[in-house]
Amino acid sequence: MLKTYKADLHIHTCLSPCGELEMSPRAIAEKAREKKIDILGICDHNSAENVPALKEAAQPFQISVLAGIEIASREEVHILGLFDDMEAAFRAQDAVYEHLPGENDEETFGLQVVVNSEGEVLRINKKLLIGASTLALEKVVELIHSLNGLAIASHVDREGFSLIGQLGFVPDNLPLDGLEVSPRISLDEARRRFSSRLPLMAGSDAHRLEEIGLATTSFLLQAGTVAEIKLALRQKEGRKILN
Amino acid sequence: MNVREIVDALGLRVLTAPQKLDVEVSGGYTSDLLSDVMANSREKNIWITLQVHQNIVAVAKLKDLAAILLVNNRAPEEETVKKAEEEGVPILQTSETAFVISGKLYAQLGSKD
Repeated sequence: MLKTYKADLHIHTCLSPCGELEMSPRAIAEKAREKKIDILGICDHNSAENVPALKEAAQPFQISVLAGIEIASREEVHILGLFDDMEAAFRAQDAVYEHLPGENDEETFGLQVVVNSEGEVLRINKKLLIGASTLALEKVVELIHSLNGLAIASHVDREGFSLIGQLGFVPDNLPLDGLEVSPRISLDEARRRFSSRLPLMAGSDAHRLEEIGLATTSFLLQAGTVAEIKLALRQKEGRKILN
Repeated sequence: MNVREIVDALGLRVLTAPQKLDVEVSGGYTSDLLSDVMANSREKNIWITLQVHQNIVAVAKLKDLAAILLVNNRAPEEETVKKAEEEGVPILQTSETAFVISGKLYAQLGSKD
């Protein structure tokens, strides 16, 4: 049966150097429940290492957690990769890690904490997650698709680190699945401003708890999965975006 | 030349950290890719860019740059200004393009890079 799912597909955790340490799995899951969110996309910068903890923390609340990663291309364009399969997300992460130079400077950029579902520290990630990979934009999208994922250009309304901010336009030949806008702009306004062939979605890009759910996309789906969202973006089999 | 002398010579606006203008400038670097600036700029460079996101302050601090110079009258985001004041990173602004202001800075500093 098709029903409405409220999704915030772009949430950072305490693993992102710019994410607040309060962004622990349990706190994120509880805030999502408070905001009546059904689907969470956990997309840390260039890493998916905190997704398993989120999946576990959100389970009691019947919130679907999608395994995500926000990959920075060599053009410094941020692309969300969302996967149904945790292993696929880790394979995307491995490919990104291989092409991610540098080491994090914690004082400058912040701590990168990998945690379990209880928020206990498992390890500190030392990679320069805030940095850009050396993968070209086309390669990033190709990588995500090769692992059956959804490739969405992050916060295209923003000047920094966005497809339109960095390149000035949406390349016709780039096979993205959609564009995301930030809470700074409404979906209606975004549709007027970006008359794109691609579906538009809204995501909070939350780095702090209070930002979770500030922008959401409502889908008509049969289940809270990437496969179902893919159908909705193509308006197939009754699935669709509602807002 | 220090940052203050360059501000005066090129008619730049000082948007943040006016107390940090006595730093001797080692040269300039013009780029809009933060990863490139992290890899290739040098200590006490003036960084010429159109990026206004708060991460420019982190990069400037990490690389110990003398100042960030925003072109085309680009205005830094609110968070960027806050961070720059906190970290004591001068953000300068010009109405000129990156090409023109790079040329003018080069003329002031000679062949220093």
